Amino acid sequence: MTTVLFQNARLVDPEAGEVTEGWLLVEEGRIAARGREDAPSKAGERVDCGGKFLAPGIVDLGVKVCEPGERHKESYRSAGAAAAAGGVTTMITRPDTAPAIDSPETLEFVARRANEAAPVNVLPMAALTKGREGREMTEIGFLMDAGAVAFTDCDHVVADNKVLSRALTYARSLGALVIGHVQDPGLSAGAAATSGKFASLRGLPGVGTVAERMGLERDLALVEATGAKYHIDQVTTAVSLPALERARAAGLDVTAGTSIHHLTLNELDVADYRTFFKVKPPLRSEDDRRAMVEAVRDGSIDIIGSMHTPQDEESKRLPFEEAASGAVALETLLPAALRLYHSGELGLPCLFRALALNPAKRLGLEAGRLAEGAPADLVLFDADVPFVLDRWTLRSKSKNTPFDGQRLQGRVLATYVSGTVVYENLNA
Amino acid sequence: MAFQHAHLLGIEPLAPSDISTILDLSDRYVDLNRRDQKHSDALAGLTQINMFFENSTRTQASFELAGKRLGADVMNMAMQASSIKKGETLIDTAMTLNAMHPDLLVVRHPQSGAVDLLSQKVNCAVLNAGDGRHEHPTQALLDALTIRRAKGRLHRLSIAICGDIAHSRVARSNIILLGKMENRVRLVGPSTLMPAGISEFGVEVFEDMREGLRDVDVVMMLRLQRERMDGGFIPSEREYYHRYGLDAEKLGHAKADAIVMHPGPMNRGVEIDGEIADDINRSVIQEQVEMGVAVRMAAMDLLARNLRAKPKEVMA
Repeated sequence: MTTVLFQNARLVDPEAGEVTEGWLLVEEGRIAARGREDAPSKAGERVDCGGKFLAPGIVDLGVKVCEPGERHKESYRSAGAAAAAGGVTTMITRPDTAPAIDSPETLEFVARRANEAAPVNVLPMAALTKGREGREMTEIGFLMDAGAVAFTDCDHVVADNKVLSRALTYARSLGALVIGHVQDPGLSAGAAATSGKFASLRGLPGVGTVAERMGLERDLALVEATGAKYHIDQVTTAVSLPALERARAAGLDVTAGTSIHHLTLNELDVADYRTFFKVKPPLRSEDDRRAMVEAVRDGSIDIIGSMHTPQDEESKRLPFEEAASGAVALETLLPAALRLYHSGELGLPCLFRALALNPAKRLGLEAGRLAEGAPADLVLFDADVPFVLDRWTLRSKSKNTPFDGQRLQGRVLATYVSGTVVYENLNA
Repeated sequence: MAFQHAHLLGIEPLAPSDISTILDLSDRYVDLNRRDQKHSDALAGLTQINMFFENSTRTQASFELAGKRLGADVMNMAMQASSIKKGETLIDTAMTLNAMHPDLLVVRHPQSGAVDLLSQKVNCAVLNAGDGRHEHPTQALLDALTIRRAKGRLHRLSIAICGDIAHSRVARSNIILLGKMENRVRLVGPSTLMPAGISEFGVEVFEDMREGLRDVDVVMMLRLQRERMDGGFIPSEREYYHRYGLDAEKLGHAKADAIVMHPGPMNRGVEIDGEIADDINRSVIQEQVEMGVAVRMAAMDLLARNLRAKPKEVMA
């Protein structure tokens, strides 16, 4: 029986909401025991954690890998390597590829590629409507049989209320999780920034935060009417929070996510039209950023994701309005999240609740915790080591990170999937 | 005070002293332009390329004339008609042009920030001749020169900018410039044509034009684009003219010696009454055109001095 004993660790336990010093024993790829003192002596292999943090591996909901269609931007091999280096042990992948992942055949192709090429767990999502065009629902049942863990049209909003209502009803009958991008499509059409002083001074077409709130209110009304299981991919503005609160009070099966970029950057970071800071929805005001951090702290927002979106140089080296949206983030997710830890805004158990425990729970996975019997998907990291990010060192094929040249703190020392090391850099 | 900029991308990066430097030199070029012998050699031997990705008659002609009067070799490229359809990107075009060793690039582009982007990829001086809704610095400078010559100063004046502020790069550059020079700026127009976040611009906003014009020294009208008149932003042309068109009655609320400006081309009967536009006692619209050539000469002259003073940078 293969056993690994992690000794001298600081264990980040998001379920208990605490960090404790101690050891953790892994047997046959699962967590077998943990304790404070008196580590068992029978272990086959020992890892001295040197007093560093050992936490459940990140479960990243909403990663885009560009297979099929644009493998030059990101493949399962490159994304898998980036995930492992970033402490992400499970990638929940998006279907907004070209073509979209909207049939069981495409999904099976993707799942096969993923399992061959990526050293971390990959769980695919599928489109909610065919071609993400918002007209006909996909074969939700077949897709679930083929392994789809959730259904989403990503940043394409299903504008037709009747189509969305039927898809939610059908999804509910199968117990499928639907993930929505909340934006009023009319108000947000053509927008490149959040409307306000900054967008006006830069002459960029803006969208008001009210567009997110309206999209959210619409979706929640239909969720209430249909009883569907629903998750919001990104809540990014304070005006959305009251609606979310009402939905929870009414007992709807609703959870909410946000992106690491909306928690750590604001609209002013765009500065002189820096297109690596163009994301969807656009970066918000500092007030909104703080409100989102607070919402993660108090649990109104359940999940933090990377919203990893690879874009090649050509699609970003354009005037801001024409440039593609999105940022790569698998490798910067943890160091960026640690900014919130170092600034005193969020504690580590809270961060890993949103990065690992809650996404796992939402998808019915056993991962995301340090409990006995849970899969030994783990990340060992030094929260303090400082570095300046050089985007050309990223493992992703695309290098479009907003953190290029920025000072970050905290690096992954090792990543384990089912107890097996998939990334190791103990000298970091 | 030395003018130390490599490009003229907007008013925002300029200090008040930079603005004064440009205007002082412009005054000298106004004098030159009024002589029979209008030629100088300030740009002799230099190549100026005008790249207009958006239609323009006046601005392009003004830059062309400014360059020629200073002795530059001037080339106009009509980018709309050329390879800037699908395919060649702005950066490709910039690199291609850069290989021809221009010294001054004058660029107009429909996208905000496009001229900034281009300036990062070439090793010559870039002048922004208007980018999207962002900035149009030479227009604001020529407006400032016109005001300074008409009013004898460019500070502590009350100036109303009227019309489609939201879509206007002219308005943005003017708001920034007039603010930097410590004037009181008022914006007048329907709320659908005001940009978001306007309350944070350090200006006063008026929906009532008569109130907005009360006791101002300068009335600056903006052009209303035809495509905005069809119910999208305002209900109709005639309702707009009724509420926001400048006529003698509305102008009566401004100071008796208030001047009337317009960046052109004018829509007579939409934003401005024809008689006001032609009233030589009030309208300085023709002076604005004259100042435009002088300001562009001054701006290019100052950038060229910096070019000549520095060894050529090697692009990475």
